[in-house]
Amino acid sequence: MGDDAVFRIAGLTKAFGPNAVLRGVALDLCAGEVTVLMGANGAGKSTLVKIMSGVHRADRGAMMLGDKPFSPASPAEAMRAGVVTVHQNINDGVVGALDVASNLVLDRLNGAGRGLFFNPRRVRREAREVADRMGLGIDLGAEVTNLPLADRQMVAIARAMAHEPQVMILDEPTSSLSSNEAERLFALIDRLRARGVAILYISHRMSDIRRLADRIVSLRDGAIAGKFEDKPLDYEGAVNAMLGQNLAQNLGRHSIDARDAAEPVFSASDIRIAPGARPLSLALGAGEVVAVTGLVGVGKTRLAETLFGIHRPVAGTMTLDGRSYAPRNAADAIGRGVFLVAKDRASTGIVPEFNIYENMSLPFLPRFSRLGVASRRVERQTARDQIGDLKIVCRSERDDLATLSGGNQQKVTVARWLTQPSRLLILDEPFQGVDIAARHDIAAKLREGAGGRATLLFLTELDEALETADRILVMSENTVVGEHRNADVDMDRLLADVAGRHHETARSV
Amino acid sequence: MDSRMAEKSSVEAPRPSPRLSAREVAIRYGFLTLLFGLIVFFSLATRGFTSPQAAVFILQSVSITGILALGVTATLVVGGFDLSIGSIATSSMMAAAYVMVVLEQNALVAVLVCLAIGALVGLINGLIICYMRVPDLLATLGMMFLLIGLQRIPTEGRSIATGMTMPDGSTAEGTFSPAFLALGRHRFDLVIDNLVPASVVVLIVLAIVIWFFLEYTRFGRMMYAVGSNERAAEFAGAPVRAYRIWAYVISGVFAAIGGILLAARLGRGDIASGNNLLLDAVAAALIGFAVLGAAKPNAFGTAIGALFVGVLLQGLTMMNVPYYTQDFVKGAVLVIALIFTFALLGRRAR
Repeated sequence: MGDDAVFRIAGLTKAFGPNAVLRGVALDLCAGEVTVLMGANGAGKSTLVKIMSGVHRADRGAMMLGDKPFSPASPAEAMRAGVVTVHQNINDGVVGALDVASNLVLDRLNGAGRGLFFNPRRVRREAREVADRMGLGIDLGAEVTNLPLADRQMVAIARAMAHEPQVMILDEPTSSLSSNEAERLFALIDRLRARGVAILYISHRMSDIRRLADRIVSLRDGAIAGKFEDKPLDYEGAVNAMLGQNLAQNLGRHSIDARDAAEPVFSASDIRIAPGARPLSLALGAGEVVAVTGLVGVGKTRLAETLFGIHRPVAGTMTLDGRSYAPRNAADAIGRGVFLVAKDRASTGIVPEFNIYENMSLPFLPRFSRLGVASRRVERQTARDQIGDLKIVCRSERDDLATLSGGNQQKVTVARWLTQPSRLLILDEPFQGVDIAARHDIAAKLREGAGGRATLLFLTELDEALETADRILVMSENTVVGEHRNADVDMDRLLADVAGRHHETARSV
Repeated sequence: MDSRMAEKSSVEAPRPSPRLSAREVAIRYGFLTLLFGLIVFFSLATRGFTSPQAAVFILQSVSITGILALGVTATLVVGGFDLSIGSIATSSMMAAAYVMVVLEQNALVAVLVCLAIGALVGLINGLIICYMRVPDLLATLGMMFLLIGLQRIPTEGRSIATGMTMPDGSTAEGTFSPAFLALGRHRFDLVIDNLVPASVVVLIVLAIVIWFFLEYTRFGRMMYAVGSNERAAEFAGAPVRAYRIWAYVISGVFAAIGGILLAARLGRGDIASGNNLLLDAVAAALIGFAVLGAAKPNAFGTAIGALFVGVLLQGLTMMNVPYYTQDFVKGAVLVIALIFTFALLGRRAR
């Protein structure tokens, strides 16, 4: 290949401060092909997209569009040159307060040389042309805010197509769409492909990838870790390249004593966590640490929050300690001893204006209070114990959380839920944005204290799962598709589960 | 986004030195120093500023706005805002006058009716904001207009006083009960006879109550958590909506208490009074952000903020600065306090 590539990247590097994000990326995009870019969190996908779309500039390396060098100084310049990007956040691509027709021709309303007034009938006519070309069956007079997400996404793409681009970048376009809606989007992408547009499609959803990909490129730690273009495409290989390259070595190094559960604590039978999802069942016992892994967007967080009472399952029942468990909110869950260390501590975990001990006592204030008055002495003593236990680096328990490093902030959010005994402790991506040392401290503490409770971890990184869990469950498309005991794990089968080949793989353990 | 997270975690946050830097001292004690400086300046520049009577007069002049400000502090704590406090206070004043003068009821009934009105309006505000998803500023602005209009309907726009003519031609025979008037006019003895007015006592008691509630009870702590990171509070099991609704109820009740004191001071239901209550109270609460470098709503700061405005206006009045410059001075102080809070403490601005 190479000769028919319309867009070429060679030796692209980019660093933010001391952090090298891209370390020499090379990538070709061909006309009329969908190239899927896969990469775990932090692999550098967003940075690559931002450089291609003119938001950031590369430190080194070259981009070629056709046979001309391409180094856009701004998104507008990239767009004019023929590289358009549809961002993950749908609402970035459309203006909610305007109707569909105005959105479709919005970019023509701006820029030098336009008149002061616009002619509504001409806007309509031009919008009609764009819509017809894209086969967009949407009422042009409708307000964008009244459209469902999928339609908004289509408008954003059609709007991008009004520039007659040579290259279109789609950044996780289906992340908030249902499967029916996604199918309409795929039909649109097929049409783009047929028109000879080179498409870079970024996604974690294996079903999307299977449906669309002509080639797959895996990005890991800022470099291309694998290219797959021979039919049939090697999906497991691509997942392996993205996640698992070092798994083989890691297996030996971090192998743990897989323990079995002592007594059953929690079970869920045939719960469906989202409308249209297949039912899933799981059973957790005291003393075991179970990791749920799977790609981004397969419903891990949804499941974690369902168990914690933030969402209610669409169907099915849950049991805790032999009694029915149907929490209506987080307070119910906490009352029954089900705790969640939620994903993304900045938005769901820490209270930035509180200090360490106030953050730790937050869910258990009633237990730290008498007649409604909080006992700071007890709160502070509890916090001091946790600071020692988890080796939190701080001056005292009265430090503001904002003065702590990311790893120590995460330790505080985990420690909060360790101050009280739990029956089921759920941790959603507890190692996010945490350095290796902090990760080991947290993992060791979790395994050490696992005795009296069931511990459930949600981890996208397989390494982390292999390092901490006794048992590994794999999720795909809102259900559990595989189960592995963490002893002599069959990596091929594990990766196949992650890549979503459950219907072809034997499911027993 | 991902890369930024990683970046943040790998770089250790700089550890502040145990001793406060000059800047931190300025942030923490700047406003209190300014207040102290003003007091010293006015006592040197005018005669009689430092007398107990003058001090009490200042407190009395800020007692009603101070009480309203303490109430609005509760809504600021949960990340909301209450623009209806001024009109709740005047509605409460009109209601007290109506109950006693027209309905000829006693002081206790009047007080209870006022408190009920305040609680009910606060509850409605909270429900509209939490369940109808109307933004706090707009919901309470709407409520403000509604109440300003509502309080005029029973008397067809007239002020309420004994002997007034009712819409149906009869004469209102009721009077303000002496017990009720005492709320606004009685003075307690403290060292000097007849020194401390009842309204000042109410202000001090309410300030201590709300300060203790916000700082030391778990409910107050949770209200701060709701205001600082609502989702984190929800994930910690807090009934977020209930806390927000309660904040508006507190604000409404405090405003109603302010209205009772206003009615007791005036001795009539004056349709034209209370115009400045909202702005003065909000100013006091916002100035409170700057006290002790809190950079967040807090009861102590609010009380100091109210006092600051009172001292400033009293001092300027005694120096014969014309009354019409008062609003300008208050506005200027507010702007400076806000700059102080948000520019110097930018990190924690919400």
